[in-house]
Amino acid sequence: MSVNVQNLSVAYRSRRGDVTAVDNVSFSLTDGEIMGLAGESGSGKSTLGNSLVYLDPRMKATGGKVTVDGKDLPIADNNAMRRKRMTEVSLVPQYAMSALTPTRKIGRLISDLLKSHHIKNRDEVLAELNRRLALIGLKEDVLSKYSFELSGGMRQRVTIIMSSLLNPSLLVADEVTSALDVSTQRAVGEMLLEFRDRGYIKSAIAITHDLSILAQIADSIAIMYAGRLAERAPTSVIVDNPLHPYTQALLASLPEVGVRHEQVTLTGIPGRPPSLVNPPSGCRFRARCPFAFDKCTQTPPFEEIKPGHMVACWKVSQEQHTVTAGVGQEQA
Amino acid sequence: MTTLKLDQVSKLYRATTRAGGLTPALRKVSFDLNPGEVISLIGESGSGKTTIGKILLRLVQPTSGTVTFDGKDIASYSGRGLKEYYRHVQGVFQDPFSSYNPIYRADRVYDLVRSSYFPHVSDQEWSAKVEQALDAVALNPGDVLGKYPHQLSGGQQQRLLIARALLLDVKVLIADEIISMLDASTRVDVLNLLVKLKRQGMAVLFITHDLSLGNYVSDRTIILRHGAIVETGATEKIFGNPQHDYTKMLLTAVPELHKKWHHAPLEPAVAAANGAAANGAAVGSLNGKSATALAEASMLDEITHAEQVVKRDLRAMFGGGRAVASGKSQVAVALEPPALHEFEPDHLVAEPE
Repeated sequence: MSVNVQNLSVAYRSRRGDVTAVDNVSFSLTDGEIMGLAGESGSGKSTLGNSLVYLDPRMKATGGKVTVDGKDLPIADNNAMRRKRMTEVSLVPQYAMSALTPTRKIGRLISDLLKSHHIKNRDEVLAELNRRLALIGLKEDVLSKYSFELSGGMRQRVTIIMSSLLNPSLLVADEVTSALDVSTQRAVGEMLLEFRDRGYIKSAIAITHDLSILAQIADSIAIMYAGRLAERAPTSVIVDNPLHPYTQALLASLPEVGVRHEQVTLTGIPGRPPSLVNPPSGCRFRARCPFAFDKCTQTPPFEEIKPGHMVACWKVSQEQHTVTAGVGQEQA
Repeated sequence: MTTLKLDQVSKLYRATTRAGGLTPALRKVSFDLNPGEVISLIGESGSGKTTIGKILLRLVQPTSGTVTFDGKDIASYSGRGLKEYYRHVQGVFQDPFSSYNPIYRADRVYDLVRSSYFPHVSDQEWSAKVEQALDAVALNPGDVLGKYPHQLSGGQQQRLLIARALLLDVKVLIADEIISMLDASTRVDVLNLLVKLKRQGMAVLFITHDLSLGNYVSDRTIILRHGAIVETGATEKIFGNPQHDYTKMLLTAVPELHKKWHHAPLEPAVAAANGAAANGAAVGSLNGKSATALAEASMLDEITHAEQVVKRDLRAMFGGGRAVASGKSQVAVALEPPALHEFEPDHLVAEPE
């Protein structure tokens, strides 16, 4: 297990009290795994990803434990985290396109970064940097350019190279493909795969609202809804046999290539996610769920239905119990 | 019949970077937009698709060529005539979050429409009209009226803006990437709304880089590359049987749920060779097929380079960027787009450039 997150809760301080944006979330990543984290805006997916690397002053960890490579990750302690960033955990921030300062050349930016992390063998790292630039087809002269001289796709690739330069165990990539054209999206997605295959990053969390990108690059997908995980399973299972009603609705709202409105009218999910200031009790998807029943007023456990397939839904767990009970009777 | 017609529209932008020079954003683009029709304008960033939208909304002036609405050149509109034009042609843009002023309630956009277009309408009539428009976009007035922008979801904000366009007697809607910032769950609602409006006789120009979305809503498709049309025709023909290499490349890059990309591991040497080849490349070499998407993307990065080649050619021909900018007819000669030929009825494909 390269990364293990247990019962993590993260809250934002606000005048109306703490807003719990990540509520009791548990998951783990094996070596070489890219996990996709999907959900609607406001579901807490970016907060979850960010909290593993940098808790900004508005955020606080209110519970839970994170380990990377068997060692504790002190996410609440900014000073201790300083030594872990870039080398153990690293972040490609959202809006990475505008994350590069326009006042420094890319090369200067990277050497500043190495200096601030007290990297001794800087020449070696810079040689490695050039190798990686060549690998993804960027010319060395990007280092002598300002960020605004690069195209969006180039900027995005440069930020990924910077974030993964010191071979972190976990790379959190927040919406790295969202602002890009389809062909550049593909290039960036394949770059993540390539970096994983080459061992530049041991594992990664790819945060996006675009499930079809995750179907391409992720080994497993976690679906987040209103601060909690709704479902987590290997990619093929999420895409072909999702169990949680929210995942099913999310997939049903995606137009596939070749689908036209004359043939199939797709439907969105009615309603909108609940506010996290005063979240409703029980299952948070219940108000929009076509299958909701009285038990849904209690919070469903995030339990393993099948090996590697976690779901938080009473309907699914009841059906599962009926099936297992049925099997038990037959055997008896 | 109310038709918006583009005839040989070109646009040159003057670059503001140190390198300077001119960037051809549009090269002799011609097409018609008819009532009851959704046209998808598909291209990547830098293809000129947003420039077309801006020209149609008169936010940008074309360098050459004309746009006519009902047979009248839109450049001739001014004052009251222009206001009437906007009564019929409206735009909705990519980012709903920055389309509102956060310190006012979201429905202030309706008050602004009322004060400039309907100053003599009674309160009662007006609120009936607003409710009708909101109903058309499937919004509940109680949910959205009187709210501040931050209290509304992206999908609600975007639909409020479409409803704003409906308050006017809109015949043409320019929808520039209107769903790329929305969540998957609300995207489809906005798409279905466009289909509904089309059925009521509205003409919609749906500008997007996402081919699957374009395919879902549109009757006709225009693929733009480097400011020129490379493939155009009936949507099902283009998607069913794409002919231009660029269209094919776009289609293979679209992420699909049930089909994985073919991921070939990269060899640094290959990437370097690609870079070297691109170094000496002229515009023509951009059409070379590449094995991996990464190579394709770095190929796209070379577009900047290709533009510079065009600029250099322009300067060589006319002696300096300034002369080029002033001589409209000369520009039209230098920026000749690739010729289109008919592959099958209602399906035009450009020659490789």
